[in-house]
Amino acid sequence: MIRFALVAIMVLAALPARAAVDVEQVTSPGGIDAWLVEDHSIPFVALELRFRGGTSLDPEGKAGAVNLMTGLLEEGAGTRDAQEFARATEALAARFGYGAGDDTVSVSAQFLTERRAEAIELLRDSLIAPRFDPEAIERVRAQVLSGLRSDQTDPRSLAGRAASRLIYGDHPYGRPGEGTIESVSSLTREDIAVAHRAALARDRVHISAVGDITAEELGALLDRLLGDLPATGAPLPGEADPTLPGGIKVVEFETPQSIALFAQRGPDRHHPDFLTAYVLNHILGGGGFESRLMTEVREKRGLTYGVYSYLANKDAADLWMGSVASANGRVAEAIAVIRDQWARLRDEGVTAEELEDAKTYLTGAYPLRFEGNAQIASIAVGMQVDGLPVEYIANRNEMIEEITLEEINRVAREWLDPDRLTFVVVGQPEGVESTVN
Amino acid sequence: MRRLIVALLLVIPFGPAWAGPVTSFTLDNGMEVVVIEDHRAPAVTQMVWYRAGSADEPPGMSGVAHFLEHLLFKGTETLEPGEFSATVARHGGTDNAFTSYDYTAYFQRIAADRLGLVMEMEADRMANLRLSENDIATERDVILEERNQRVENSPAALFRERMGAVQYLNHPYGAPIIGWRHEMEALDRAAAVDFYSTYYAPNNAILIVAGDADPEEVRALAEKHYGPIPANPDLPERIRPQEPPQLAERRLSLRDPRVSQPYVARSYLAPERDSGAQREAAALTLLAALMGNGQTSVLNEALQFEQSIAVQVGAWYSGMSLDDASLDFVVVPAPGVTLDEAEAALGEVLTGFLETGPDPEHLERIKSQLRAQEIYERDDVTALAQRYGRALTQGLTVADVQAWPDILQEITDEEIMDAARNVLDRERSVTGYLMAPEVTQ
Repeated sequence: MIRFALVAIMVLAALPARAAVDVEQVTSPGGIDAWLVEDHSIPFVALELRFRGGTSLDPEGKAGAVNLMTGLLEEGAGTRDAQEFARATEALAARFGYGAGDDTVSVSAQFLTERRAEAIELLRDSLIAPRFDPEAIERVRAQVLSGLRSDQTDPRSLAGRAASRLIYGDHPYGRPGEGTIESVSSLTREDIAVAHRAALARDRVHISAVGDITAEELGALLDRLLGDLPATGAPLPGEADPTLPGGIKVVEFETPQSIALFAQRGPDRHHPDFLTAYVLNHILGGGGFESRLMTEVREKRGLTYGVYSYLANKDAADLWMGSVASANGRVAEAIAVIRDQWARLRDEGVTAEELEDAKTYLTGAYPLRFEGNAQIASIAVGMQVDGLPVEYIANRNEMIEEITLEEINRVAREWLDPDRLTFVVVGQPEGVESTVN
Repeated sequence: MRRLIVALLLVIPFGPAWAGPVTSFTLDNGMEVVVIEDHRAPAVTQMVWYRAGSADEPPGMSGVAHFLEHLLFKGTETLEPGEFSATVARHGGTDNAFTSYDYTAYFQRIAADRLGLVMEMEADRMANLRLSENDIATERDVILEERNQRVENSPAALFRERMGAVQYLNHPYGAPIIGWRHEMEALDRAAAVDFYSTYYAPNNAILIVAGDADPEEVRALAEKHYGPIPANPDLPERIRPQEPPQLAERRLSLRDPRVSQPYVARSYLAPERDSGAQREAAALTLLAALMGNGQTSVLNEALQFEQSIAVQVGAWYSGMSLDDASLDFVVVPAPGVTLDEAEAALGEVLTGFLETGPDPEHLERIKSQLRAQEIYERDDVTALAQRYGRALTQGLTVADVQAWPDILQEITDEEIMDAARNVLDRERSVTGYLMAPEVTQ
């Protein structure tokens, strides 16, 4: 009688509707803003920094400069060369991570309370005073080039690059963030120093800290850590104008399974339709086994191990994207099913039950995300990058609850565009003709 | 700069495991239960681990453990196919499963007050699985596509499969977890049902509940939902074919046009962690960290800083394994360096280390990082749940897991050197080259 029991539980218990996270907005004595969640139960702090700009700041011909610069931050700074910096970090048992994306340079740090001051001095050196020693540049350049060589014969990388080139053309998003073998080979130390000044500045940094630290301690820490960065960095690139003609672009590559990426335009993060489109996408292809794409492509037909769709919001472009991988002989059918589902959802909309299920999942799962200092810090800094207020955490579930069937089906009609849904396929797909150059 | 171009062979099971309070007990039907408390968020993770993985499969049926894992989402006497996950999702939870050589595990993460619901459903599919022929055919296509995605499309994955197959002369660890393609294609309903009825029983399972849970409440819920399922009195003893003495060094090369960054790998058969006898494995864990973990490792200093031989190096050892494990090295050569030269350089570093031993300061840095890790890891209760699950399905006890951090701290230089001399024996090694085909004029 399990099914009856389940129904009873669903009716009796209310889902936890709110995430219980107390975010404090802190401004340092030197005027640096940050979000703080104080939690003294474990003696360490997770600190997240995001510098807006990222690899799209690379000037023409210098693709890969910001990425190489970011890789060099921990390769010698202040009075320490690369090995001395690594030994000092290890001795403090601090954890620093540096990454470059299209829109941001990210810095993640975790450090024990008892070694906080020393850890911040090291982290500060890496941000303010990286040495860019010639030996380090050549060593890291060789690592980047090795990765770029691997990407040349990796179907997933090939698909991503081909899609970016097609969609973004001459906009910086159209170039690989890591650069090309040619561009990375020719980068000079001066190019790297220029990228450093362009990307790491106080006018573009978002900050979150979670864990064993007070607001006052955090303020002093941030002034020490970031106070000596330049006040301003390089201007951000302008809006992209994505090319999405519909149809299919095939990139021939000898491998047994084809990878397909697909894209159409999507709503901006601040468009009034965004959250509704987010719920609609959850029903279409948002991750779980229950989405329409998973049900139709995987569960019913066994055409793939995974098929997903997602809203892909960048600073200067907003897409609705997805991916699937199927054997060369079966990918044509997978593409046809996806396009058909796209059209059906536009024409027929979702059912009241689908909307209700999506709401209960999304509102129930939201508070579960706020687990652990590191994860909360990452969410908090991501919200700032997205331009969301602190109150969003408390209000988000209510906004989802308010979405009506009429509204979500209007968004489906107005946004889903199966004719402009553009596929890039890498592999040897059988029965798939390239219609896009 | 840590761009990982060579995927890790195994997850590094580094370090200690104490989070919040850990409680363990056993139900009357033999099901073990571990509760790891973390009350910071009102959420809970339930995991059920079976002591049944790919190394427990009958000969010729590689992949059936993983296939069955997929099929457990296909319904029971009272749940429709897909209804398990759909129900979890309707309650704001997420669920999934994974299979390895020694275990298969299922988990849900959900609001703490829904623990009874997911226990009820997990207990249901432990005993009442129903499979239709149609489910079998479709899901077999799905796992073949999964193999395409994970393995056939990746020369590095094909290479790792061959390295494993050659490392193990007789043990089923030589077959891939996902299965050899030709055997996967022949998997049928009977194979899945046989594996299910042999191994899926409470006396072969471990329940782990991690998060905002009270041990006494977990006990009551577990007794209610899992308690009524009878033990399987015919559960087979877990004895797999073991390795004979390995007397001959092996070498292989895989050539694939999709390789544009060649590399050399070396693996050595190595002892695993055993209950009450973890010191040699602890020494090997420290050895792997000394050799290949991070910027200041012995291999990195020698091959990237002193000489420009490599663009990436690595060393891995995972002692969490029911039977023989392995110690693995990878060297990705710099441009202009041949694989022969990279292999020779690796050999020189290993030989040199056997003469000089570890630098005391380096060893102390690694140990202090391990101590700090005890603090950082309290932040991730799900990772701790996984550690207990792996340990308890791979021949260890809760006490072994809890003793491990102190053992790591106690290990001496001499123990590391003894372990290194014992394991770094070319007769028990495999050396592999992954490379592009030769260009013919």
